[in-house]
Amino acid sequence: MKYIGTTIKYLLISAGAIIMILPFVWMISTSFKSGGATMVFPPQFIPDPFVSDNYVTVFERFPMLTYLRNSIIVAIFTTLGTILISTLSGYAFARMQFRFRDQIFLAYLATMMIPAQVIMIPQFILLKNFGWIDTYQGLIVPGIFAVFGTFLMRQAFLGIPKELEEAAFMDGANHLTVCFRVILPLLKPSLATLTIFTFMQSWNNYLWPLIVSSSREMATLPLGLALLQGQRDTDWNLVMAGVVISVIPILAVYLFAQRSFIQGMTMSGMKE
Amino acid sequence: MVGSKKFNFLWIAFFLGPGLVGFTIFVLIPIVTSLYISFTEWDLLNSPVFIGLGNYQTLIADPDFWMSLKNTVFFILGYLPSVMAIGLGIALLLNSKLKARTFFRGVYFLPVVTSWVAVSLVWSWLFNPVYGLINYFLSLVGVTGPNWLTDPKTAMIAIIITSVWKDIGFIMVLYLGGLQNISPSLYEAASIDGANELNKFWKITLPMLQPTTFFVVMISLINSFQVFDQVNVMTGGGPGNATNVLVQNIYQSAFNFFEMGYAAAMSWALFIIIFSVSILQMWGERRTKI
Repeated sequence: MKYIGTTIKYLLISAGAIIMILPFVWMISTSFKSGGATMVFPPQFIPDPFVSDNYVTVFERFPMLTYLRNSIIVAIFTTLGTILISTLSGYAFARMQFRFRDQIFLAYLATMMIPAQVIMIPQFILLKNFGWIDTYQGLIVPGIFAVFGTFLMRQAFLGIPKELEEAAFMDGANHLTVCFRVILPLLKPSLATLTIFTFMQSWNNYLWPLIVSSSREMATLPLGLALLQGQRDTDWNLVMAGVVISVIPILAVYLFAQRSFIQGMTMSGMKE
Repeated sequence: MVGSKKFNFLWIAFFLGPGLVGFTIFVLIPIVTSLYISFTEWDLLNSPVFIGLGNYQTLIADPDFWMSLKNTVFFILGYLPSVMAIGLGIALLLNSKLKARTFFRGVYFLPVVTSWVAVSLVWSWLFNPVYGLINYFLSLVGVTGPNWLTDPKTAMIAIIITSVWKDIGFIMVLYLGGLQNISPSLYEAASIDGANELNKFWKITLPMLQPTTFFVVMISLINSFQVFDQVNVMTGGGPGNATNVLVQNIYQSAFNFFEMGYAAAMSWALFIIIFSVSILQMWGERRTKI
């Protein structure tokens, strides 16, 4: 009886896993098909003929290299900026004494309840006034000040006993040394979570680039991919090649740092 | 502790300053500005004209606003129960002593790390009425599949299926966390009393998961009221207005029709809806506890 139960469990979980995997298989399979092979019935799982041209064609027909470069630049600088700002602010809120500290932090928290759509219209107008529309600054800078990072790092700093830094201050260390040399090395798990989470959000973000980028030169991958879809006819083999290119970096990071990924997602309770 | 008062101020300015300035410019001021914009008529070309509550009055009488709200609610009604039931189901299966548990968890979580755009494109292709995989599978069991994304009757269902598929892993991970907090001794005691698996699920697992469920509902509701990426990529709100959800409506008003004031008013309506639902839920949660 127990044996049957376990078998059913395995069957269910495997059937589910197949449903989760199948779209990825279909995506990869299509990306190696010729244009004609995408339009046959019944559909082929193993491409016949097997062609890798799509990965060249998609770069020739569309500015994929530009999209890729923009996505890399935006994701890296957004992540670096977020880490720096969140660490500095998190330290200030957790470890420094100043007037209205808790009130300011409460204001930070309160804004987390406001949906992004409320902020995006004035942000767009602000960027327009700065002349930041269709620029890297426009794509990167507003994202750096997302409150979530500061919140996460403050919590992390609070988790470290104060005795540690008191000893360092006795030895004549200043705040900079204490923050970056004494405490931060102990916060590696939180830093990893924040890094991965921010990188992923930035890499996958669609709405913000959709608003800020007005030219193909400044489009990131998600935006560029959405543009690959034709009005009437879509070359699905090319689109799938593009999608594979966009998905590989994030899946590679995911495979190496699964734990931090899952932790980051559950802690934030947010999806992109 | 460290130096004079002035010196200390410099340190605080150094640590808090950059974040606080950025927060003020890019978060705080936009929120306040947004409220002001919502009281104006503004096409970005001419200066904004203050019209008081005009936009909100228009909004209440605007059938398009109610249509997009209705579509959003329809999306939530289809999405939320499915993703929660399946996510919990997978979590329960994975919570037992299973070989390759980490592997399966990784597989189910895969779509969560993939972008909405990538997922939406893959599923648009899966839903292709002629060459797509889904209608092929349906044909195997003798069903003629619909024109999923171009048929107003099925477009939202296709979006719901895609969204559920993408988020199952997320809900699963949250529930796995909740399940790990249930003490095994509870189940042992129940076994001694002769409870079967089903009894244990209804009498122990589900009640003990109450805080997780509360969190899951809250987060999912907030997120799904803001559904946008998959809609924008898969249907653009169409066919007709069949999948025109709230944020798609806000986006179009602001960036296609340049009705900044009206779009801002709609975004505040979205905030009020999300806020009220959250408050209602918290109130409900407290009531069930007493």
